[in-house]
Order: sequence, then C-alpha cells, then structure tokens
Amino acid sequence: MANGPTQFAVLSRILHWLMAAMLLTMLFIGVSMVASLGDYHRLVAIHRPLGIMILILAVVRLVNRMFTTLPPFPPTMSDWERRVASASERFLYALMFALPLVGWGMLSAGDYPIVMFGPLHLPPLLPANRMLYAVLRETHTVLAFLLFATFLAHLSAVLFHTLVVRDRLVHRMALWSIRFHKAKIETD
Amino acid sequence: MTIGVVIAGIAGLFAYAAGWLTPNALTPARIVNTLEEVNGRHPGFRRNHAKGVCVSGYFNSNGRGTELSKASVFQPGRMPVIARFSLSGGQPEAADAPDTVRGLAILFTLPDGEEWRTAMINLPVAPFRTAEGFTDLVLASAPDPATGKPDPARMQGFFARYPESAKAMELIGSQPLSSGFENSRFNSLSAFRFINAAGSVAWVRWSVAPVQPEPVATTRLDGTNKNWLFDALIASIHSQPLAWHLIVTVAQAGDPTDDATIPWPADRRQIDVGTLTIDRVESEDTSPARDINFDPLVLPNGIAASDDPLLSARSAVYSQSFTRREGEPKNPSAVSTAETAR
Repeated sequence: MANGPTQFAVLSRILHWLMAAMLLTMLFIGVSMVASLGDYHRLVAIHRPLGIMILILAVVRLVNRMFTTLPPFPPTMSDWERRVASASERFLYALMFALPLVGWGMLSAGDYPIVMFGPLHLPPLLPANRMLYAVLRETHTVLAFLLFATFLAHLSAVLFHTLVVRDRLVHRMALWSIRFHKAKIETD
Repeated sequence: MTIGVVIAGIAGLFAYAAGWLTPNALTPARIVNTLEEVNGRHPGFRRNHAKGVCVSGYFNSNGRGTELSKASVFQPGRMPVIARFSLSGGQPEAADAPDTVRGLAILFTLPDGEEWRTAMINLPVAPFRTAEGFTDLVLASAPDPATGKPDPARMQGFFARYPESAKAMELIGSQPLSSGFENSRFNSLSAFRFINAAGSVAWVRWSVAPVQPEPVATTRLDGTNKNWLFDALIASIHSQPLAWHLIVTVAQAGDPTDDATIPWPADRRQIDVGTLTIDRVESEDTSPARDINFDPLVLPNGIAASDDPLLSARSAVYSQSFTRREGEPKNPSAVSTAETAR
C-alpha cells in the first residue's frame, strides 16, 4: 500500500470534476427547461449538444478508467462502504452513457432532427415510433432523477468522510496534488 | 449537520428549478392542463388543432430566398414536404365552421438532411402576444355551459386585461374570410431571423399565398356533413394539385419583431421564394404527419428565432402536448381513411 498511488491519475481527476460540473449543469437545465416557457428554446439548444459532449467524455472516461490504477480505499472505509462505493461508481458510469443515449434515441423515435449547432446534426439512432418515444421520454426523466439522487448520495458520503470521519477522502480526487500525511490519517 | 444543510440546499435548488416550489407559475404542463380542462381529454390527439388531415407534396425553390438566408431550403431545387391542415380547438370531432381558425403546418426536408418545420394559421396577426394571453383567451372563450357560447362578460374582461388582443381582434374581424382551406393564406405571425451567406441578418415573417382563387371542389353545407371544409379540400386535391407561393416579408427598422399581434406596414418588401405544391392527401389514421410535432423552432441553419416570446412558449407547449399524446392509444381521426380516399 505504501507504494501505491494516493490520488487518482491526473486525467481521471480532471475528467471527474469537468463531468461533475457538466452533469450537474445538465440536470438543472433539464429540469428547468421542461417547466419553462420563455427560456425553453435557449435551454434545449444547450441541452442537446452538451448531452452529446457528455457521451463523448463518458467514452474517454471509461477507457481511461480501464487503463489506470486506482488509489486504495482509505482504511476508514468499511467493507460495505467499499461495496456501495464501487457499485455506485458503476451505476454513475452507466447513467453517463444511458442518459445521452436515451435522449438521442428518444428524439429519433419522436421523429425530431437531432440538431447540434449550425447545420450539424446527428443521424437518428432509432426509427420513428410513437410508443417508443413515449417510453424513452419517460425513461429519460426517471434516469435523470436517479442520477441526481445518486449524485446527492455520493456527495453526502464524501462530505461525511471528509468532515466527520476526517479521513481526507476527498483529497484522492483533488485537482491539485496532495502529499498524504500517513501518520495523520492513522491517528485521526 | 453541515452535510444535511448542503444536501437539502442543492435538492431545494433543484426543486425550485423544476418549478415545484411555484405551483401558480405558468408552465407548459399547466397550459396543456388548461386546454384539457376546457376541451375535455381526447387521448392520442393534439391538445390544440386536434382535427386535421395530412397532405404531402413538394416545394420548388426559385433561389430568390438565398439573398436573405443561407438555409439550403432556398437554394434552387425541389424538396419533399409533408404537411397538415387543421382547425383550431382541442376537440377532434368538432364540426367544421367557416370562422374556426384554420391551420397549415409544414415540414420541409432539406437536401442535407436538415428540417424546417412551420405551423401557420389563416389570421393576419396573432390574437395574443404571450403564452399568458393565450391561456387566458382559452379560459375566457370557453363555452358557458348555460348558453353553449363564450360568456361576453369574460371576453370583455379578457380584452380589458390584454388591450393588444382587442386591437388584434379588430383587425382580424375586418378581413374577409376565405371560403375554404384551398384559397386561404396562412401566416407565420411570429417574426424570425434570416441569416445569409455573408452573415447579415434580416428580420422576416412568412406566409403561403394561395395560387387557386377559389376552392376547386365544393361540398354541401347543409349541416349533415361535419367535415365539409376538409371534404372540399380532399376533393380539390384529388382533382388537381394545389399550390401556394411562399412569400417572405422583410421588416424595416422599428417594425415590431417581438409582438405578433401587430401587423407590419403593407408596403414592406415581399419576396416570392418558391411554390409549395400539395398533390396527395391522407388521413391522420395512416399518415406519419400525425406523429410529427410541428414545433415552430425546428429550423435549418440560416433561419433562427426572433425575440417574439410566443416562439419559445409554443415550442415548449407543443412538446408537452406531443409527449402526452404519443404515449396514449391512437384513436380514429374524424377525417377517416375512407374519406381521404374519395
């Protein structure tokens, strides 16, 4: 353990915070645009290309994840906590792919052009089909709420470890490089 | 403790963004709820302009539009269109009436795979300036259960609250009604921006102006045929293709672009950019147009929204209506396959 990494790889950390900001922005844009009249068009025009950006970054992130060594869990994390953390990580990855793909598929099934910017548009992912549209539209909302709930749980867990257990869990993902004070962790 | 506050704060912001904390604010869902309350719920149908018939044909662009817009729809050439004629109102079985607002929605499929969708009506100006005005008009003009007609007092109250609507209705009332769909002019009402290849912007409105001065066919107007307007349209298309000129009107500085209730002066430059030809008619029961959302903001590169508040609101409300009806069972259209085949 002493020789292993204490932080995630630099690219992993950059992708984590970049995507955290993008996903949170997307969730807020998504939930406000469906309730909005005056801003609806502006928000949708951001929502579509940002979703595709997230999909592209999700691919980069998954590839990066497969080829990097992770820092070990801190000893303050119990067995069940580790299992929940790993499962929620897999779930978040699945959602990062599923949400944009369902959105793209939903617009295809709804017979909409998938407009990005200017003349740039994507091909339909699925044939036009009314029931398929309705199901995917609903799925898109449900997955978004699940993503928001999982994000809140993830944030709570990290805050709990950082503020209550004081094991500096968040330092593993800090954008800057952190020297680990091993003694400090063990005595805390 | 801190953690609880942070999490509750983020969740609260999310709930606020979703509109859950402001139950009286107008949202797309609440506008569609109002339409359903006034018209009744008719599963599978559009919540407004519920009664309609689908048509198709092509658009011949003459190239004159390229001066104003780089959209490929204006390059000389022919492209397919699918469209839908409709009557306003949320009741799919309503009897045709001469003074019911007529709609024409068109989807142009551009050569590069882009789309242009536009939903127009036969009024010269919009009878409301905002989504709030639309919703209040729907409520005020709902038939009084005692008389079956809108309550004049409520309509007066509406016009007092929305003086721009009163002025628009005066203009609308002063114009003669055309006798059918075939000889109706349909107008975009809202302004849009055209961006040409040099990047210069023109503020425009568009219309389709009928080539045929009169309906080619006529049908009985004796009260037994609830679909007489649609039937005349169907018979006309069967006897000959129908055509409309696509006319773009260019604003001058000072013309209102954010208020569809105000007409632009009659001397504004008008450019005929091509001819729309309709040569096929099909019932909603089989046509894909039934499952198309004629969202006025599905625009190709070279056409963009203006600052008219109706555009974004229509886009949002159409989407809400579309999502509701697509998930519901399909019900037969009042204008049946047997009727469109005649």
